Amino acid sequence: MAGNEPSARPRSPHLQVYKWTPAMAVSILHRASGDGLAIVGACMFLWWLGALAAGPDAYAAFLACVWHDPSPEVGLVHQITNIVGKVVLVGLTWAFFQHLFSGLRHFVLDTGAGYELKTNKLWSIAVITAGVLATAATWLYIMAGAL
Amino acid sequence: MGNGTHLGKVRGLGSSGHGAQHWLQQRLTALANILLVGFLFVSLVRLPLGDHAAVLRWASNPTVALALILMVVSVFWHLRLGLTVLIEDYVHGEATRLLSLVLLNFYAIGGAAYGIFAIVRIVLAPAAGLAPGGM
Repeated sequence: MAGNEPSARPRSPHLQVYKWTPAMAVSILHRASGDGLAIVGACMFLWWLGALAAGPDAYAAFLACVWHDPSPEVGLVHQITNIVGKVVLVGLTWAFFQHLFSGLRHFVLDTGAGYELKTNKLWSIAVITAGVLATAATWLYIMAGAL
Repeated sequence: MGNGTHLGKVRGLGSSGHGAQHWLQQRLTALANILLVGFLFVSLVRLPLGDHAAVLRWASNPTVALALILMVVSVFWHLRLGLTVLIEDYVHGEATRLLSLVLLNFYAIGGAAYGIFAIVRIVLAPAAGLAPGGM
């Protein structure tokens, strides 16, 4: 337990003292993306669901804040939140795919497979790449539909 | 953590026979999340999200509503397990750690309850003869 160690031996997880590798990056990204989804993603989902249940006016207010305010003169607050909302949604899309692919990698690792150094490195890089590509593909699809 | 027995020093600091439970629940909810959040993700991408009536029709379908309720349970269970480990790793000091874990449990249980109640409102408002937002 931190603060009660009898010696100054290094403890995990102390990111600063390790040499970064793809496996380490995908590990910490799993935690970062998971925590992002758990806090920002879950709250955004509940906000959306609550607005949907509360009726058309509440739903329109949610959209005007997060996505696009249709009024002719958009206030400064919504000008900012319309941008922040889109950034957050793209970030959540990336976190979703990163956590999904990384989680699938963990299922494979749970079977005892994929620990050889080269294999491990290959799949770590593949997870990070696939997360970015899937996010890009999703938003290209969404924007193609919106245009 | 005084100068007690060896058992007394480690009690409450980790698994003692039930350590696999956290691990197993994390995997089970992860598997459920793949199916249920995958369903939500595909739905969100395909739905006309700007159209309240259309989204409401989708969400009030009994199968969709059931999937959403299961998803809320699975997601909030999974995130509670994950954030517990985060707090145990990074929040030091007995009092702040305990407070963080209490707040996490409030968030996980309260959030899940809010989500499930919202879905129930969506499904049952028409049956109760109420416009959306009533109830």
